[in-house]
Amino acid sequence: MNGLNGVYVPGTSPLHRLPAGVKLAGLAVACTVLVLVSSLVVLAGAAVVVAALYALSRVGTAAAWAQVRPVRWLALALFAMQWVFAGLPGAAATTSRVVLVVALAGLVTITTRTSAMMATLERCLRPARFVGLDPFRLSLLLSLTVRSVPVMAALATRVREAQRARGVERSLRAFAVPLVVSALRHADALGEALSARGVDD
Amino acid sequence: MIEFADVHVRLGQRDVLRGITVALPERRVGVVGANGSGKSTLARLVNGLALPTAGSVTVLGLDTRRHAARIRRGVGFLFTDPDAQIVMPTVAEDVAFSLRRRGLSREEVERRVREVLDRYGLGGHADHPAHHLSGGQKQLLALCSVMVLEPDILVMDEPTTLLDLRHSRQVAGLLRELPQQVLAVTHDLPLLADFDRVLVLDEGRIVADGAPAEAIGHYRKLMS
Repeated sequence: MNGLNGVYVPGTSPLHRLPAGVKLAGLAVACTVLVLVSSLVVLAGAAVVVAALYALSRVGTAAAWAQVRPVRWLALALFAMQWVFAGLPGAAATTSRVVLVVALAGLVTITTRTSAMMATLERCLRPARFVGLDPFRLSLLLSLTVRSVPVMAALATRVREAQRARGVERSLRAFAVPLVVSALRHADALGEALSARGVDD
Repeated sequence: MIEFADVHVRLGQRDVLRGITVALPERRVGVVGANGSGKSTLARLVNGLALPTAGSVTVLGLDTRRHAARIRRGVGFLFTDPDAQIVMPTVAEDVAFSLRRRGLSREEVERRVREVLDRYGLGGHADHPAHHLSGGQKQLLALCSVMVLEPDILVMDEPTTLLDLRHSRQVAGLLRELPQQVLAVTHDLPLLADFDRVLVLDEGRIVADGAPAEAIGHYRKLMS
């Protein structure tokens, strides 16, 4: 259940224990390699490795599926388009690359605490101080982005329910306007809460 | 100790607070009033989230206009909507977020987080995503994130408005046990029954000030 929203799934697997920096660096290297490789045999091997890594993480099949589920329609559409323009092997290679990259990124997300990612990001961004950027604020931005996903989903559900209650569920304007207003209100309240928690100090 | 000296707050064309002068040394202080009476602004003045247009607010002996950052370290603030104050994806991480930049070791942070979560009944949820908690549990998490800092004063802006009766009672029970000074802005009148002092605000002015029974009686008359 915990992994269904792309957030950390508690565990003690070797992947959970691996430092966040190592996982992020590994992800960057793996993505680069996947982009450069076009052999279907190598990509099939990569798929086996990714599946093995998921098994090693012991997060469960539901959490694993939840990482790639959001891109299933995109993957299908991409596969169809590539088949037309680049042939079957090209379509299989491109689609596999996208799905594998998403799966690997998801694996890093669900086996790494956001606070660990924030700490790593802050360390990596230290040189950014010289150009006037605050590494803490940049890493906080990452955390707030992750946190905003379920909040926005809840706001959208609330707006959709209100639309249904008023019988205007087909109106895009009746959905978008209150959603944007609610999101801005939430952003205001969050800003105030961050100030109260001393983020500005 | 919280002191307001002839405090005025003007937002746009509206006078939100008009000449509030009051000293609050009591341990439990409640603030009631109609919507738009200035209660939330009064609460926000205490930790410098809002500043007076005229007059001054002194908290822990410091002027909020000049020492907002220092005051915020000693004043915890609990908002109505816990979703707006939970910053991190998981329960323990959100509480630990409050302790960042405090120069504590990782072990000490973990110890304090565990201790506060256990104290408020969230010990079993430490690694759970915050958005999976119920409304009442989220408010408890927000309280944990404030209390882990051991503030001298706790300010609460309608902390039970979104809670069911059970969680409302739980928060009321927890408040009774807190050693800190508490300033609670609320519409939840039973919450204030055993407070030391209750202020009634109307159109930006204090119109009643006294023991809960007396002040709430005045408020009921005002609303009828």
